[in-house]
Amino acid sequence: MNIIIIGNGITGITCARNIRKKNSDAKITVISEESEHFYSRTALMYIYMGHMKHENTKPYEDWFWKKNRINLVKASVKSLDPENKTIQLEDNSFLSYDKLILATGSIPNKFGWPGEDLKCVQGLYSIQDLEEMEKNTSNISSAVIVGGGLIGIEMAEMLHSRNISVTMLIRENAYWANVLPQEEAQLIGNHLHKHGIDLRFNTELKEIRSIDRLGVNSIITNTEEIINCQFVGITTGVKPNINFLKNSTLEIEKGILVNEFLETNIPDIFAAGDCAQFRFAKIGEAPIEQLWYTGKMQAETLANTICGHRTSYDRGIWFNSAKFFDIEYQTYGKVPPVITNEQESFYWEHENSKISFRANYNKSDRSILGFNFMGIRFRQVIAEQWIRDQKEIEYVIEHLNQGWFDPEFSKAHYKEIAKAFIDFNIDASFSK
Amino acid sequence: MQDNSLSIAKPSESLLSQKIGATLIAAAILCSIIASSGQGETQPELFFWLIISLVFSGGIIFSIPYYKAIPGIKNNGIMQSPATNRGAIAWGIAILMTGFYIILYWFPYYLDGLIRIMDPISMILRNKVSDQWFLYGTFYTLAVLIMGIRFIGKYRHSRYQILRTFSVMFFQLGFAFLIPAFLLKLNQPEFYFSYFWPLKYSYLFPNDIDYLIKSGNIGVFMVFWGLVMTFIATPILTYNYGKRWYCSWICGCGALAETLGDPYRQNSDKSLKAWKVERWMVHSVLVFVTLTTALLWLNSWKSGTILGDASGLFSQWYGFMIGSVFSGVIGTGFYPIMGSRVWCRFGCPMAAILGLFQRFKSKFRITTNGGQCISCGNCSTYCEMGIDVRAYAQKGENIIRASCVGCGICSAVCPRGVLKLENMEEEGRFEPYNRHEI
Repeated sequence: MNIIIIGNGITGITCARNIRKKNSDAKITVISEESEHFYSRTALMYIYMGHMKHENTKPYEDWFWKKNRINLVKASVKSLDPENKTIQLEDNSFLSYDKLILATGSIPNKFGWPGEDLKCVQGLYSIQDLEEMEKNTSNISSAVIVGGGLIGIEMAEMLHSRNISVTMLIRENAYWANVLPQEEAQLIGNHLHKHGIDLRFNTELKEIRSIDRLGVNSIITNTEEIINCQFVGITTGVKPNINFLKNSTLEIEKGILVNEFLETNIPDIFAAGDCAQFRFAKIGEAPIEQLWYTGKMQAETLANTICGHRTSYDRGIWFNSAKFFDIEYQTYGKVPPVITNEQESFYWEHENSKISFRANYNKSDRSILGFNFMGIRFRQVIAEQWIRDQKEIEYVIEHLNQGWFDPEFSKAHYKEIAKAFIDFNIDASFSK
Repeated sequence: MQDNSLSIAKPSESLLSQKIGATLIAAAILCSIIASSGQGETQPELFFWLIISLVFSGGIIFSIPYYKAIPGIKNNGIMQSPATNRGAIAWGIAILMTGFYIILYWFPYYLDGLIRIMDPISMILRNKVSDQWFLYGTFYTLAVLIMGIRFIGKYRHSRYQILRTFSVMFFQLGFAFLIPAFLLKLNQPEFYFSYFWPLKYSYLFPNDIDYLIKSGNIGVFMVFWGLVMTFIATPILTYNYGKRWYCSWICGCGALAETLGDPYRQNSDKSLKAWKVERWMVHSVLVFVTLTTALLWLNSWKSGTILGDASGLFSQWYGFMIGSVFSGVIGTGFYPIMGSRVWCRFGCPMAAILGLFQRFKSKFRITTNGGQCISCGNCSTYCEMGIDVRAYAQKGENIIRASCVGCGICSAVCPRGVLKLENMEEEGRFEPYNRHEI
């Protein structure tokens, strides 16, 4: 079996590794135009901040690939020819495959703002973006970041580490308010403010201005405010990296359309990770998943299918995590920014305004739905188990210590949380 | 309005206190050189207080930015600074430190003026004049205390790190500096209650035991203490807490590595090859020290008929190669190049024994939190023992490695809260806390 994987990010590489584990004969080729070896994209910010070098972000030593007979090709793919089962590279050479896996990842979103193609205006996704950012931000004093999501805050932290003052334009009325409930969004907003980040809520970008077109001089917001800056970070999400597939017979919408087995409309061509779009997403799940974790899980599923054990993708109980400057965030299960009438949400915040806990549950049977932890580490298996078993909120609060994952000698906030929950219940019964 | 009033460590501010701190330390080094040249002998007290106050104030002023910053991980610029990324400054410091060790061990007479400035304090603490080892002990303890203050500032978001650092500072100052000094003052043998065989190999050598027993009741207690610590306390404590109870909470070598060595922890080699070398080397040293001890006892039992004079030579050679060259010159001198735990990782026989316990019979482990790892590599980068922590974490496996000293920095630098040091039931310690299979 001759397998070609396009893309050497977490999805492509997890696929390659898992196929090799199950099948020692398959010929595996991984093609990337970005980097010679797999590195952790999530660590790009740490390279810029000087916590790590590029070599530290490689999860496997360079000899690993040869030893596991995973062929690495650094090239850009120009087109594919499903009829003859070949792909064409930029240098016009052809490679043939028995099975083709598309794991091409994403590119930053842009929305047609005037000036968005100027020098010193960029997103952050690849090594090349990082190199560009290194050049674009040397000797500057202020930057504007458009978009208040996860990459936005990473960029803010990066620039802040070099003492570049940062203004963030955020469309919503609080930080990441389309994902975080109001209290958490405010907690993070306050933390950012303490670090000296200037947050502009309910604000969008209108135009980026340049005097000499050699760089950026200022931006104009939708409220007609002018903010001087020498760098503009565009962090308004990412979209599937599928431009080279536009003229193929692959069915494409926003991403490459796949079924629950990650199969495309063409036999023996599969897609996974950021670039894949589920035709029929499950209720409450996004059709395109752009997370490290989902890329990894999709790849593990797909490796099964490729090796003859057709497996449908099930991402299980939702989880995610992030770090907002000094505040770690972990979430398990369903915690939407606004809850429905059938649900109840219990929120506790430490007096230092850096630590918080939220548990959402059903009003009727009091079964747990999900958690948000800020500044608290919590065991994933325990949270998942409780959500899967529909444990009652009272049980959960009483047993929080079982899942506590903070380092030894840390303060046992679960005791305070349990006390707060009693007060919360009393208040709730009074209001009835 | 841009509000920067609350923002931390603006460049001017942090540079200023670091400049002042570095200036004071440099002045202290200059004073030391002047003292060495002979001036120390004529005005010991002046130089003593001058150097101590310069070092202390310099160290503290240098640490101010850490305390002013919002608590959290501050590794900004480490890989870009020539002082920490094996750059020019790092090499300079390595050569300076290595040179200091060489002079200290083999040419102490060059330091005579400096040794003399320690006489007043040595008389007070030990009731005898200073020698090169008292000078070294004082500098060593100073380094642990001052860099300990810096360390606590840097990692003060974690109570584990604060407590652990207080612990190593306490044991260094009390058990490895003051108590041995007081013992001398009381005409007792100079004994370090925080060092045991095989790190302090001679504590189980026939000569030392003989000498201690003959010195009186306190000496007998010291022999008893050494035996209990080596054969009873070490296995029990390591079973319950892993080797960290010693290596990163008590040990003086560990204390220096964790404090003075912290800026260099990222320079340890993480490759598989380095791990192979480490296993061969550290266990060879253990075998060597065990054989030496056994031979010496056999020899003493047979009244010296086996080895004759060779027995003394044998232990002298061990002392020279392992005790001086490895643990001192390379182990500490090469901090800036090879990372802060070169000695602990490649040479310490105590670490080797504790490691074997930890690997095969202990409740200690570092657990991984399900599938939350993003393979970023902060844990591996900042592991001073060169463990590729990420290799385990990204697979959801627990980390159970002989070399892990339990410093907890991997857990502290993890941006996703994936790692936790734990002592739990021994059974099932290798079983991961994994998410359910897909």
